[in-house]
Amino acid sequence: MIIANQKSMDEILRSVKPFEKITVAGCGTCVTVCMAGGEKEALKVADMILLDAKASGRAVEINVTSPIRQCDMEFLNDREDELADADCILSLGCGAGVQFMAEKFPDKVVVPGINTSFIGVNRDLGYWTEMCQGCGNCILEKTGGICPVSRCSKSHFNGPCGGSHTGKCEINDETDCAWQLIYERLKRIGQLDRLYEINETRDWSTSRDGGPRSLVREDVKV
Amino acid sequence: MENKIVGATAPVAIAKSNLQKVLEAGHLSVSAEIGPPMSGDRQNVIDKALHLVGIVDAANVTDNQTAIVRMSSIAASYLALQNGVDPVVQMTCRDRNRIAIQSDLLGAYALGLRNVLILSGDHQSFGNHKQSKNVFDLDSVQALQGLDKLMKENVFMGGSPLKAPIDFFLGTTANPFADPEELQIIRLEKKIRAGARFVQTQAIYNLDRFKSWMERVRERGLHKQAHLLAGIVVNRSVRSVEATAGVPGMDVPQSIIDRMRATKGKDGAEAEGVAIALDLIKELKEVEGVAGIHIMAIGWEAIVPTIVEKAGFLPRPKV
Repeated sequence: MIIANQKSMDEILRSVKPFEKITVAGCGTCVTVCMAGGEKEALKVADMILLDAKASGRAVEINVTSPIRQCDMEFLNDREDELADADCILSLGCGAGVQFMAEKFPDKVVVPGINTSFIGVNRDLGYWTEMCQGCGNCILEKTGGICPVSRCSKSHFNGPCGGSHTGKCEINDETDCAWQLIYERLKRIGQLDRLYEINETRDWSTSRDGGPRSLVREDVKV
Repeated sequence: MENKIVGATAPVAIAKSNLQKVLEAGHLSVSAEIGPPMSGDRQNVIDKALHLVGIVDAANVTDNQTAIVRMSSIAASYLALQNGVDPVVQMTCRDRNRIAIQSDLLGAYALGLRNVLILSGDHQSFGNHKQSKNVFDLDSVQALQGLDKLMKENVFMGGSPLKAPIDFFLGTTANPFADPEELQIIRLEKKIRAGARFVQTQAIYNLDRFKSWMERVRERGLHKQAHLLAGIVVNRSVRSVEATAGVPGMDVPQSIIDRMRATKGKDGAEAEGVAIALDLIKELKEVEGVAGIHIMAIGWEAIVPTIVEKAGFLPRPKV
């Protein structure tokens, strides 16, 4: 799932300040689950904008809407009426949602209300960690189901650097050394021999390095 | 055996580095470090090099160590070479992709630099540009493998041919104190298989642990496949030994810290720092499979000649 974090209220208020008719758009999928930009958060942000406007004596008109997914045009079309009226749309969707909103309304100002953080998992209440960088060339079968691209600070493919210490990464004591985890897991599942294989120079063209990516699947095209 | 470049240009001998010749002749090598300055001050490098002429077989020239911006390793290595010291160019995977690594090393080769030490590089969060992006297009195993292929098969990492051969003495690092030990040994084995012909270790203070690590190394025959150079750090004060002990991946026994703490004044601490280094060297050079001693006198480069002399390493072999 995409994990995101709400921007500071100061930053949000600054970016919507020039506008009178504002629609705050939550998104009903990932950012609802990670409590950064769902309907609940959209309502709260709308209240804060109203309060701020009142305090400075500005008149504003605020709408709140939350499409099921901002990354799907079908759901943006569903909410067209609520969105079309605004001077400014404050999108609480991830980076994809904000951009799709801007594509849907090419003449409107669309501003982001959250920072898209990473693809990750929820480990505990209020605690998420990164698990994938979408590099487009998955090797989890070689590494015991633990990703060295996203979870090793140096994206090493052939074992830990010399800075790993008591199972922790050299960057800080809170970060597990991914290669320690890989080692323990491979040992556990009887695949330690995998560590002797040299993972050769990688083709990064499937990652962001190949330029902005797109995917076309003829089998699902209508 | 000397390779020759043949072709349109006049044949140029590809001479081996001094370090390679010393090691291949079976001598115990002695090397040190030249830390490039945080400026473009060429005299700083020249002075550091001149201290080491005739004292060491080679000197590592660090590549923005601890992710602090310094004069480039290749430029400083060239200054060292011009001033009589065989430099070891350090090349990290942190700051360069495969295009830059290969390009910079072709340039290094053209300048006459022959030793290259490949390492991951300290994460930029340690240094003075914490906001920067890192690269890690390759890890050190992949970089070694790619460069080995470039040298042996005359093929760039991208597959196109290299038109005139190059030949570096490729090395890497190993940390006998990083864990898990089994995995670190596997990684060292991969680095050697990938093309490393010499290996410099992290600073050794804990001799028992190093000796047990060397047993693992010998069990796998790694000491016969690459020259293992044992690293030591020379401390000049209680503060410096305490700081060293705090570096991730370092193992400094309490007895060493206590030895430094028991000293009086600057002179006392410095004398003890030298004595500790000499004690370590005495034991390390006897460990089966140790092919050289690498002295890291961080911030105290001027002490290296004293240590080399007192360790009985002079004169250095002429090869």
